[in-house]
Amino acid sequence: MASPRRAAVVGANRIPFARSNGAYARASNQDMLTAALDGLVARFGLTEERMGEVVAGAVLKHSRDFNLTREAVLGSRLSAATPTYDVQQACGTGLEAAILISNKIALGQIEVGIAGGVDTTSDAPIAVNDDLREVLLEANRAKSTAGVVKALAGLRPGQLVPEIPANREPRTGMAMGEHAAITAAHWGIERTAQDELTALSHQNLAKAYDAGFFDDLMTPFLGLTKDNNLRGDSTVEKLGKLKPVFFPAGGDKAEATMTAGNSTPLTDGAATVLLASDEWAAERGLPVLAHLVDAETAAVDYVHGDEGLLMAPAYAVPRLLERNGLTLQDFDFYEIHEAFASTVLATLAAWESPQFCKERLGLDAPLGSIDRGKLNVHGSSLAAGHPFAATGARIVPTLAKTIHENGGGRGLISICAAGGQGVVAILEA
Amino acid sequence: MSHDWYSDFVNSGFGRAVAGNVGLPPVPKLRRWEPGQPLLSGAALLGTATADGRVAKVVRAVLADANVEVHEDPAAPIGGGSSSSKVAAAVLDATGLSSPRDLAAVQQFLTPVMRRVGPSGRILVLGDVPAQAERPAVRAARRSLEGLVRSAAKEARYGATVNLIHVADGAENDLESTLRFFLSSRSAFVDGQRLDVGVVPGYAGSSAGTDWDHPVTGKVAVVTGAARGIGRTVAQTLARDGATVVAVDVPAAGDALAHTANDVGGTALQLDITGEGAGEAILEHCRRHGGIDIVVHNAGITRDKLLANQDTDRWNSVIDVNLNSQLAINDVLLASGDDDGFHRGGRIVTVSSMAGIAGNRGQTAYGASKAGVIGLVEATAPLLADKDATINAVAPGFIETAMTAAMPVGTREAGRRLSSLTQGGLPVDVAETIAWFAQGASYAINGQVLRVDGQNYLGA
Repeated sequence: MASPRRAAVVGANRIPFARSNGAYARASNQDMLTAALDGLVARFGLTEERMGEVVAGAVLKHSRDFNLTREAVLGSRLSAATPTYDVQQACGTGLEAAILISNKIALGQIEVGIAGGVDTTSDAPIAVNDDLREVLLEANRAKSTAGVVKALAGLRPGQLVPEIPANREPRTGMAMGEHAAITAAHWGIERTAQDELTALSHQNLAKAYDAGFFDDLMTPFLGLTKDNNLRGDSTVEKLGKLKPVFFPAGGDKAEATMTAGNSTPLTDGAATVLLASDEWAAERGLPVLAHLVDAETAAVDYVHGDEGLLMAPAYAVPRLLERNGLTLQDFDFYEIHEAFASTVLATLAAWESPQFCKERLGLDAPLGSIDRGKLNVHGSSLAAGHPFAATGARIVPTLAKTIHENGGGRGLISICAAGGQGVVAILEA
Repeated sequence: MSHDWYSDFVNSGFGRAVAGNVGLPPVPKLRRWEPGQPLLSGAALLGTATADGRVAKVVRAVLADANVEVHEDPAAPIGGGSSSSKVAAAVLDATGLSSPRDLAAVQQFLTPVMRRVGPSGRILVLGDVPAQAERPAVRAARRSLEGLVRSAAKEARYGATVNLIHVADGAENDLESTLRFFLSSRSAFVDGQRLDVGVVPGYAGSSAGTDWDHPVTGKVAVVTGAARGIGRTVAQTLARDGATVVAVDVPAAGDALAHTANDVGGTALQLDITGEGAGEAILEHCRRHGGIDIVVHNAGITRDKLLANQDTDRWNSVIDVNLNSQLAINDVLLASGDDDGFHRGGRIVTVSSMAGIAGNRGQTAYGASKAGVIGLVEATAPLLADKDATINAVAPGFIETAMTAAMPVGTREAGRRLSSLTQGGLPVDVAETIAWFAQGASYAINGQVLRVDGQNYLGA
């Protein structure tokens, strides 16, 4: 499919990611997104510049933040004449935002835009429980003092228990980790393989920091200069000592494999990426790291069907490959979001499985395996952490810069998301 | 920054009375520059020491261009006042001295001037370069001016400064940016100093058409160590004067750096200047701006230890950041192309220190690095002349920064009071001097080290 033109990834900025209730415990989504934007403005000299659009979002969001991105832009050094909108596609938010910006650039509707994402699990919204909410709304609707008193008479102590957002699927009541544990068991993903992938993620991220890879992708925030989940000295042996925390429902607990080490922790952080037309970049003498070629989203029925919650990318990628006339092996780099180590391994196993590829994807032959040396070469979410909506805006520039430093090439991004969704994209330079 | 309570006290009504009675030193409030400010706040006296003076004509022209009321007869009444009314500045053309006897004419001009120059006034003496004289009597006379000026600076009061400019043979018409700097309030904290103009041969340039309120308009300026302190003020000052600023600092200082860059509408480059390829990274970043016109090597660190307790890791880190990084980056700049590299007519300004000139207890590493900077400037100046470029250094004395605020009270007070201006300088004083070196119009100033220290006695 030929598009009119391809959007260029020009550069990026994110703040270091922080484990929940740590360095950013008192920072709001707006604080973090504004800081990430201001760092991007500084890197590219965008003070008082009007962007075509800024698109970002958060998964955990206060009701007052209905216009989160707009508020962040107004608080930033960008021109106040920059329009914005918020998107939310769970963990796919950051990548989806980049796709939306890229599509408008491709169509010539805008020349430049910023995609981003932010999440805090520390400064999370807390809602009053539904019973209390009903009483308060009833009192608000009452037309007389007597009516208000009558409505408030319905107050009960139990209604004071607040609703705290949980990492739980509304339709199954199961934690995402429990869903992933079912998938891991289904595909027979072993503990050691998960720990190996995890240790490599930490080691790769540590190496990237040492090489200064993030010097032009990151700006410190609140005293943090690196992702504080990073354990550069992580090894399979150390990870092997951790006890499993997620168990497949009805499964054998003794065979559980998913630990706090090979699962991403709750994380706070924000990321932004600058996308533009080649012309816009050239006029300013800015580099083009890579182009966003194409993207695809998919969803699976994990509620009534028997597909795993986080398996949608396994469906999105073959559709994307077919449309672009590519095979799974036609890539120099792969960025597969590490929600859980087992998720990455289950996705790769599915693509290698003739049965899955035939029965679920309708393919005559499996997609096959990938060169694991090309996977997440600068670390991924297991090491960096995973502020849900920010992850896509972390991965896009990481891959774009990796391709650029390689002197060109093609990369695949795959991100699984809550609700049984997946967002995938191809970058090329 | 640590607040100067003493200055507040002696400048209060009660404090002034007490200070006057018990002989406490006054702390004059220095006039500092702001855009649109006239060159001088009043009239100027202009004198010539000999019939052979060769620079009075240029001084006259510059003052006229700046709309300054000039009087060449010291007995004439000024404005609506008398012949003893205060003046804002006095400039003496002391070129052409043939023997020490001619110095009497200098004394005769300056003696009445010492009482007539007003608050934050300027006394500027222009002489010949001693090294360009062969006869002992001539050279002695020329050299005498330096001792005279340094002594007079210690006598001047109310924030007035006394400085000496050596004008090389043939550099008479290359003085405008220098005259404007030393006369204006941009040089508020430069006192008792000497500067040589036109001493490195082969210089080229022009001050014609300079917008003196925005003298670096359209230039691209790289400032290292720009996240905080003096570097941040340098970035702000160059931006105020019209430059596009590329603010450089270590990645760990990136948030403060972004603040500086956004504050001045420039760009931020997170970079460890001691790293391999740092110069290339600066060039690469600046291609987006079409190359580099000005580089300010401001980044510096201290790792103070008595020499008896010093270790080599700390020593090397100071030498690497303060000296080796500058040498390496300069090599890259010199080898770069005129088009999108370090432009023809470029300016390098580096930061030395009083500690590099006079030494400081506990600062052997820092002092070594900052003295090394002077050697770097002297050796690089002739190399840059081929490119119509210049390199100069500023040597700050006691400047009110977070670093001096951390000093013990006694050391801090001594640093402030034991100087002709009886106070610490501000970061902007250093920045103004750097910004003046950075002007295209400062093309004849090369290889110079100028102290910005209020004539500090400790670093004498």
